[in-house]
Amino acid sequence: MSQSFRNISEQSAWQELTPGGEIYEGGTAKAYKTGEWRSNVPVWDPTVCKQCLLCAPFCPDSAIPVQDRKRLDFDLDHCKGCGICWKVCPFQAIRMEQEVRE
Amino acid sequence: MPYNHKAELSKPERFTGGHRLCAGCGAGITCRAMMRAVDEGDRAVVCNATGCLEVSSFIYPYTAWEDSYIHAAFENASAVCGGVEAAYNALKRRGKLDGPDYKFLAIGGDGGTYDIGFQSLSGAMERGHDMTYFCYDNEAYMNTGIQRSSSTPRFASATTSPAGTESVGKKQNKKDLTEIMAAHGIPYAAQTTFIGNFKDFHEKAHRAIYTPGPAFVNVMAPCPRGWQYSAELLPEICRLAVETCVWPLYEVIEGKWILNYVPKKKLPVTEFMKLQGRFRHCFKPGNEWTLEAAQADVDRRWERLLQKCE
Amino acid sequence: MSIRDRLSGNEAIAHAMRQINPDVFAAFPITPSTEIPQYFAQYVANGLVDTEFVAVESEHSSMSACVGAEAAGARAVTATSSCGLAFMYEMLYVAASARLPITLACVNRTLTGPININNDHSDSMGARDTGWIQLYAENNQEAYDNYLQAMRIAETPDVRLPIMICQDGFITSHAVENILLEEDDAVKAFVGTYRPENALIGRDNPLAVGPYDTCPYCMEHKVQMAEAMKNAKRAVLDVAADFEKTFGRKYGFFEEYRMEDAEVALVLIGSTAGTAKACVDLLRAQGVKAGLVKIRVFRPFPMEELAAALAHTKAVAVMDKSEGNSASGGPLFAEVRSACYDLENRPALIDVVYGLAGRDCAVEDVERVYRRLLTIAETGEIGPRYVHMGQRSTQEEVL
Repeated sequence: MSQSFRNISEQSAWQELTPGGEIYEGGTAKAYKTGEWRSNVPVWDPTVCKQCLLCAPFCPDSAIPVQDRKRLDFDLDHCKGCGICWKVCPFQAIRMEQEVRE
Repeated sequence: MPYNHKAELSKPERFTGGHRLCAGCGAGITCRAMMRAVDEGDRAVVCNATGCLEVSSFIYPYTAWEDSYIHAAFENASAVCGGVEAAYNALKRRGKLDGPDYKFLAIGGDGGTYDIGFQSLSGAMERGHDMTYFCYDNEAYMNTGIQRSSSTPRFASATTSPAGTESVGKKQNKKDLTEIMAAHGIPYAAQTTFIGNFKDFHEKAHRAIYTPGPAFVNVMAPCPRGWQYSAELLPEICRLAVETCVWPLYEVIEGKWILNYVPKKKLPVTEFMKLQGRFRHCFKPGNEWTLEAAQADVDRRWERLLQKCE
Repeated sequence: MSIRDRLSGNEAIAHAMRQINPDVFAAFPITPSTEIPQYFAQYVANGLVDTEFVAVESEHSSMSACVGAEAAGARAVTATSSCGLAFMYEMLYVAASARLPITLACVNRTLTGPININNDHSDSMGARDTGWIQLYAENNQEAYDNYLQAMRIAETPDVRLPIMICQDGFITSHAVENILLEEDDAVKAFVGTYRPENALIGRDNPLAVGPYDTCPYCMEHKVQMAEAMKNAKRAVLDVAADFEKTFGRKYGFFEEYRMEDAEVALVLIGSTAGTAKACVDLLRAQGVKAGLVKIRVFRPFPMEELAAALAHTKAVAVMDKSEGNSASGGPLFAEVRSACYDLENRPALIDVVYGLAGRDCAVEDVERVYRRLLTIAETGEIGPRYVHMGQRSTQEEVL
């Protein structure tokens, strides 16, 4: 039976790791929260947004989810705050703010 | 089928968030767009050369790829991909494979494509494997710290071709790899980048993937660290690359050269260069000649391209 | 029923490959292994196999293509020698660490330089740390038999390591000898089919191969490989037992020739064993208690078993057909000496580096080694521990 990556951690014994570093599931990176890298955070105004979706392909981190031809709010688990979407939006529906963390 | 931007963006993501690429990395944008060009219902095997993308997108136990993925070494993404494709042919012929169709994609940076990976790329293209090679061209060996590659533009400052009192950066002109790949006589070769609603990228990528035989797609993928610009300027830099004719958008279909975009007003190359710290020294007094030489290089290449295309 | 035939070593390997009909053969020529892909290409051209024959543009690409194909769930094979093996050196480590049971036919030829096309073991010895299983053959029969066993050993679930089947370039690869071949159906039944649980294609779940391992993970993955190599010892013997049951020929880690009461012995690899056995017989007829150990399995190294085989001897010469450039002796010497370290009564051990770049080694040369061992056994004086044999010299050499 192929082992799930959820059983793998930096405390795993060598007998518990997958041979050769194989992984048997796709997209396991989703579990890693690169959102913690941010210093600036994008803020989306859905009332201004025209749903042109020009921002969505420009995000390197798949952090603008799209469902049924409409974008949803940012995936802040993964957004790194690069600001590309802010620059590319023709309608200024996105602004960048300094992120405040507790 | 005409490009439907919203439909394409609504498809499930096959290159997920959670990878370790820099904020604003052109390689990440490349991979998402590449995977969108694979039809839903088809599966892919991604063969990736060592480099920024590889160390960031498959760092144990995290893979950002929903499809099968293999990394072997730096110089051999194409050879590995050819091996996977050969296995597919053998297993399919022997009745050991049913189910969905597979597309074989190789991807590497300019290092693993123009330089150390060149031999295996040329070999795989010559052998005619049914595969597509995508180069995310960020114009230097970025993962090891921005060393020059044969793709680095003339006068760019890289860590092994730095600007200094005795040097104005890289001496040699950028190698024209797309032209070299077209000269292999492969059914399809193209140059693209990130423009507008990504129609150019998507149509080229899709055509490349679904043309039987070998195909090559060269993607200008700006790098905020190596090119020294603030990350959010990526779309502007891509737009200027195209409007200055530094990075023309063209295709070669069965040996026929087709120019996809001619700027209404060709902008001077300085518009492209002035946004990037790697060209900063070119704007210093006394270095005007570099700007003139860079413009002459762009003009020469553009004229040659115009002659080749209809 | 075995079939009697006459084949060169290269023909024998190609014949075995044809019978196995692997999924993918990534081929690049280099003397003296070139004939193998050539024979095989003719089989493909005549429809005797339906293998995907990929004529790659370099040996680095042939191993790369094998890695891709094997990871895709196919049986991938290649053949090479010398610099070809050296060129794929990086990828040998990748194949082993990705735990891909690729089969490589290595027709041993000296490494450049100066460039020379003749036999010694410097090529495969240079790869001894890569994690590949390494089997050596004395003659075309052993090359053929080793090849038939290769995939079952490599594909064993708790092994999953690539394997190289070695034979001496030109000496056995190009010399025609009698051979017993097995029937196609019998070979196919013995070798079986390969279907790994996970593969890049053809499974419900995707597979990701070849990660970047941060430091908390990398050592554990390497320890796994080390354990797999230990498991390979058992796998080699298991497959050999089944081979003997099926085809009647017996194999182990090494062959012991007239070792039961031997006082002086050689340890060596490859075709020189044939010459040395003739010498042993000559000496035995004179009442000399001479014996010979011919190593078949170099990786995994049968340390305990070899020590047991040498335990009762007085003086042993390790014959290294490759120069380790260690200033202290060749690679086989280092490992045999290490094996004997724990013996209560260690035999005297010397290293004779011989036969480099195909330098001939005749019965008379082997006899000189045994005579030296007899002197050592008698006097207790070892003298120079690491010597060369067969070279011209301005001074008097030991052998």
